[in-house]
Amino acid sequence: MSAVSFSAAETQRSSAVVDFPSTSSCFDIEALSLAYEGKPALRDLTLRVPRHRVTAFIGPSGCGKSTLLRGLNRLHDLNDQVTRSGRIRLEGQDIHARDVDVAELRRRVGMVFQTPNPFPMSIYENVAYGVRLQGVKRKRELDEIVEWALQSAALWEEVKADLHASAWTLSGGQQQRLVIARTLAVRPDVLLLDEPASALDPISTLKIEELIRGLKSQLTLILVTHNMQQAARVSDYTAFLHAGELVEYAPTDTLFTNPRLRRTEDYITGRVG
Amino acid sequence: MRIPRVGGDGVWRWLSGACVALSLLAVVALLVLVVTRGLAHFWPADIEQLTLDDGQRIAGIARGSEANEQRYFTANRDLDGEVWRWVETQAIERRETPPELLYAERRDWGPFIGRLTAVETPAGERLQGAEAERRLRRALAGDAEVTTLHLRNVEGRALEVAFAQVASLSWPNRMDIGDKLAAWGHGVWRFLSEAPSDGNTGGGVWPAIFGTLLMVMLMSLVVTPFGVLAALYLNEVARQGPLTRLVRIAVRNLAGVPSIVYGVFGLGVFVYGLGGHLDSWFFAERLPSPTFGTGGLLWASLTLALLTLPVVIVATEEGLARVPVALREGSLALGATRFETLRRVVVPMALPSMLTGVILAVARAAGEVAPLMLVGVAKLAPEIPVDGEFPYLHLDSKFMHLGYHLFDLGFASRDAEAAMPLVFATATLLVVVIVVLNLTAIILRHHLRARHRALEHS
Repeated sequence: MSAVSFSAAETQRSSAVVDFPSTSSCFDIEALSLAYEGKPALRDLTLRVPRHRVTAFIGPSGCGKSTLLRGLNRLHDLNDQVTRSGRIRLEGQDIHARDVDVAELRRRVGMVFQTPNPFPMSIYENVAYGVRLQGVKRKRELDEIVEWALQSAALWEEVKADLHASAWTLSGGQQQRLVIARTLAVRPDVLLLDEPASALDPISTLKIEELIRGLKSQLTLILVTHNMQQAARVSDYTAFLHAGELVEYAPTDTLFTNPRLRRTEDYITGRVG
Repeated sequence: MRIPRVGGDGVWRWLSGACVALSLLAVVALLVLVVTRGLAHFWPADIEQLTLDDGQRIAGIARGSEANEQRYFTANRDLDGEVWRWVETQAIERRETPPELLYAERRDWGPFIGRLTAVETPAGERLQGAEAERRLRRALAGDAEVTTLHLRNVEGRALEVAFAQVASLSWPNRMDIGDKLAAWGHGVWRFLSEAPSDGNTGGGVWPAIFGTLLMVMLMSLVVTPFGVLAALYLNEVARQGPLTRLVRIAVRNLAGVPSIVYGVFGLGVFVYGLGGHLDSWFFAERLPSPTFGTGGLLWASLTLALLTLPVVIVATEEGLARVPVALREGSLALGATRFETLRRVVVPMALPSMLTGVILAVARAAGEVAPLMLVGVAKLAPEIPVDGEFPYLHLDSKFMHLGYHLFDLGFASRDAEAAMPLVFATATLLVVVIVVLNLTAIILRHHLRARHRALEHS
């Protein structure tokens, strides 16, 4: 793994140091800078994301936490206005390397967005969408994967009666779980969640949070949220970003109970927003 | 100073409501006028026989009046030299409707109004009076044969007409309402199903209906793939920048170019350019008589496709732009490539908009006349361009078009006034054809949209 770069990061920005003894890193982000139309959005960011844990990115609006997340599955590729420097490695492999298949990278690094975005198809077809792209055609195989994914997303019991209803008939919370099921169906290694509960009611939020906690045995989760209670409830590690910089990164308990920096403390106690 | 409120919301509501009502009224009035006058043409009206104070006799169908004059359609162009008569109301001494007056449509010289004196049979017999009429009726029904009709107008001038010259014949004054309705239906059917005769002022318009529909369909076949692919490229493939903006502006402005300019373009590029080359390469043995080097179905369809291309492009682009970024990203985030995303998410969602574009294109193309006059429409082409002879669809042939037929009837025919009812009938038909074409496309779009209904509600 990237022990060398890790220690380099340690000297460079001690606030970003976090040790996870029990597991190795999934994402290795090294000196990452991103700019929109020349305006910097992320500055020289270095951090490691542990495998099979929930890592939360918190910070005020515009701090760059969503930008960082979208950098991890190269969604920024769609926008010519974004310039980047630095390196992101997934399981040791540079995701920007020439031989990387972006579509395959995005399959491995699934993403759930702020607003539920099911396709205008049936529930079944939504879940089968990504699976079909992988070349799975047999009905029985598809059926099995769809059922498994819906069960993993804790939606199966609610929708099994009518899988061929339009996905748009579901409630917001159900739609978001459908989107998670859709993403799980292609067996990703990482799940990026961009404020997945911000458009949902408290009960739906609770269900999503339970789901997140349950999923970490299967994959690595990265959660962007502006809701600090949520970060505290579900994440193992928390990174606090401010104005495009990584301010503090620590195990969640430590960061919320005993932040090392004044800026972090001010933010989590609500003095700065 | 306080500005007084003039009625507030109420005024605006009434003003805008009144505008809508006025527009609706205009549309309804137009349709009612065209449809009633068009359909009235086929009604077998009573023939009046007038005796004037100077002893003159006139037979005709009353069509309009002015102050103290009345206008009669007297037919018999070959006998009288004209078909209309203005008659002063007080000069009329007697007005009657003799049951034996007949109305015959002939393939030459237009209609005839008068009496039957005798018929000749193939055997050389000459039948007179009631017997002649009985024989003629059977002949009209197809049960007997008659070669020549001996007719006489109300002033007693005699006329011989070959039976083959008679397109239809009736005794309107003897008909009851049921007979008249049947005759009216028959007239409408003949109008729809027969080829024109007598310099387009008689017969039907079937070749024009067929030509219009065929041309519009060919045009849609060309413009749909072109327009959709162009829009896909502009919106999905091309790097967005000043160049794509420029292309977009150009496309939108193309929609505003007068249609006759497209006609000139089609004549220069398709007919003379492309057609001329095709002729010299493949049909050299027929030169100097042109095959593709003259206006025809193919060139007309291509010209109209070009004319309607901006409509399809703009509508498709709007549809593509309406597909939420969130759905595209959702698809990409599942490991779909850009092409897969386009094919499985974006295009299906933009399909109704694409169809809207085609509907608009069809509506515009079906009513366009000016460019067609340059690239292939014909005054008279009674043969429809589809037949049993290879290659079955004759793209090089001239064709008839309802819009041009209307223009020809109303402004270029021998007697524009006599043709006026036909102008209205043709106009009705043109409106009906366009409505039918649009309805077909709208129903198709509705079916597609049903799948995306939920999308529209959110």
